Amino acid sequence: MKNATIQLGTLTCPSCIQKIENAAKSFNGVDKDSVKVLFNSGKLKFDFDHEKVSAEDVAKAITALGYDVKKTQVKDKK
Amino acid sequence: MQRFILGRKNHIAFISAILIVIGFTGRLVFGSESIAVLALAAASVLGVLPISIQAYQALKVRVVSIDVLVTIAVIGAFFIRNYEESAIVTFLFLFGAYLEQRTLNKTRSAIKELTEMAPESALKQMPNQEFEEVEVDEVDVGDILLVKTGAKIPVDGTVILGEGSVNEASITGESLPVLKEKGDSVFAGTILDNGTIQIVADRVGEDTTFGKIIELVEEAQDSKSEAERFIDRFSRYYTPAVLLLGILVWIISRNLELAITILVLGCPGALVIGVPVSNVAGIGNGARNGVLLKGSEVIADFSRVDTFVFDKTGTLTAGKPSVAAKKYYGDNIRQALGYLASVERESDHPLAKAVLGEIGVTEFSTVEGGGILANVDGHRIAVGNATLMEREKVVISDEAKADISRFEKDGNSLVLASVDGELKILMGIRDRIRPGAKEDLARLKKLGVKNLIMLSGDNQGTVDAVGRELGLTRAHGNMLPEDKAAYVRKLTEEGRTVAFVGDGVNDSPSLALAHIGIAMGSGTDVAIETSDVVLMNSDFSRLPHALGLAKATSGNMKQNILIAVGVVLFLLASVFFSQWMNMSIGMLVHEGSILAVILNGMRLLRFRLRK
Repeated sequence: MKNATIQLGTLTCPSCIQKIENAAKSFNGVDKDSVKVLFNSGKLKFDFDHEKVSAEDVAKAITALGYDVKKTQVKDKK
Repeated sequence: MQRFILGRKNHIAFISAILIVIGFTGRLVFGSESIAVLALAAASVLGVLPISIQAYQALKVRVVSIDVLVTIAVIGAFFIRNYEESAIVTFLFLFGAYLEQRTLNKTRSAIKELTEMAPESALKQMPNQEFEEVEVDEVDVGDILLVKTGAKIPVDGTVILGEGSVNEASITGESLPVLKEKGDSVFAGTILDNGTIQIVADRVGEDTTFGKIIELVEEAQDSKSEAERFIDRFSRYYTPAVLLLGILVWIISRNLELAITILVLGCPGALVIGVPVSNVAGIGNGARNGVLLKGSEVIADFSRVDTFVFDKTGTLTAGKPSVAAKKYYGDNIRQALGYLASVERESDHPLAKAVLGEIGVTEFSTVEGGGILANVDGHRIAVGNATLMEREKVVISDEAKADISRFEKDGNSLVLASVDGELKILMGIRDRIRPGAKEDLARLKKLGVKNLIMLSGDNQGTVDAVGRELGLTRAHGNMLPEDKAAYVRKLTEEGRTVAFVGDGVNDSPSLALAHIGIAMGSGTDVAIETSDVVLMNSDFSRLPHALGLAKATSGNMKQNILIAVGVVLFLLASVFFSQWMNMSIGMLVHEGSILAVILNGMRLLRFRLRK
């Protein structure tokens, strides 16, 4: 398992959170319970199985939803 | 194409506004209904574009968002040829979103300032011994880095070459520069005011003290209380419910206008945004003022605290004993002081250090003794407690006896000095109370705290004296750390909401047991991790501000919930019971309520405790 932090542009609408959350959860390989959207700091954090899915795939899906992706960081899960 | 449109929402809102003005001018000034219809219809179509794209994206991930409600309402209005309403609703929705973004950025500004202080690049030593600029992410533990004057220190590390003065305000809150030379630790995010140093990286990225502070604050501003999680769950079902209600009303009443009005009125914006806005502004204010509050749950608990329990040494007192009272007897005092100095120089007892400090002598060597006997210049000198004086058969006058009992009552440890069997000097030694502590405690009381309790390992006499001086409710001495923890547990079992203030190292059981643990750490790891509230730079005077801020933030959240719920109830009631309610007014009130909660939250950024 790895842990990804995706820095997004400014989030303003509350429904953005739900949209981004559902989009990330829709991926096979993303740990659904770990998906967390930080509204104020504009970050998406989740754990994922790097053999099934990559952080870039998720980032692309978020971009397709119309949100800016500024930076994607992947770390080994402690 | 989608991104092009979404990226230009603000332009679209602006063009919509112009078209709406043209439309109304056409109708009211030139009496031309065709110009009006054309312009307003154009404004509606243009305005609904970005909204409908967002709605489509939301539906794709199975979310019924506000955009969905508004899109359906606008299409409905188009159907009944009410272009005026559709144009105004789309414009207000877009313009509202623009204002929300602007104002939200304001509420987040305080924390943004903090995160922007994070270092971005570093000069790293490459295999060829040259230093090259790299991204801070590329620095690993063990790398050697060069820091030049004016630059930010990129990681936590140890100085291996050179020296310079460092401004550590971002970590400790202390803005006086600190000199760093070989072997000293330096912290990421601090600034090298002058000099040039080479450091070896000990901790990088999120493991640095600064990284931990940022992570803590970022997590805190987005942490959710029980009430918020409830609102989240609620709003997840609320929007689809409003959609359902609209459809039902349409089916039953066959009144499309009423149905779409309900869709617009039911938008839940202010409810969902109200609490996070208060939270981020409150925590931001704290971060700016040296108070780290760990999330909205902490704020809620902290605001209800009625009992403060303090550790004594290092919290209420400075932790450095010094001479607090003194009395001289007879003549030749200067000579006696001189003897005292020569004797005390031979002692390393902590109280002796205090006496030396008072006379102005700082050097001494080591000799055994609870009291000291010495011959100086042929005179017999005794320095120590009352028992020693008795053994030396020193005559203690009634005056001195009265002084001794007064000194003891004030919480002093006593040091007496005699020359040739005659009492010359009486000194009361005490750990000084932190400057301003009394005023700060009074402020806590003013904020509604009922009990101020001090627990200490010191003897009861000293503890009582400090308690009296500070105006504490209770003060208990002779307590071990486990006694303190048991005491805190007892208080919580009595139903009190307890905050424990300690140094974060010895008192971790008590910190953990209390509802709110407040660490006086200078931004140290232990303090950050074990506590709910951190006072940066161990600054006790931040405590009243912290409590006041928690109360203000918690109150602000309640106001915002009240505004949001009140507005929705008001809108739904007026659509059924009044004639004047329509889509445009509904959207205006709805956007107005969102701005109202944001502006209300923004007040917290300026919160200051009234003196």
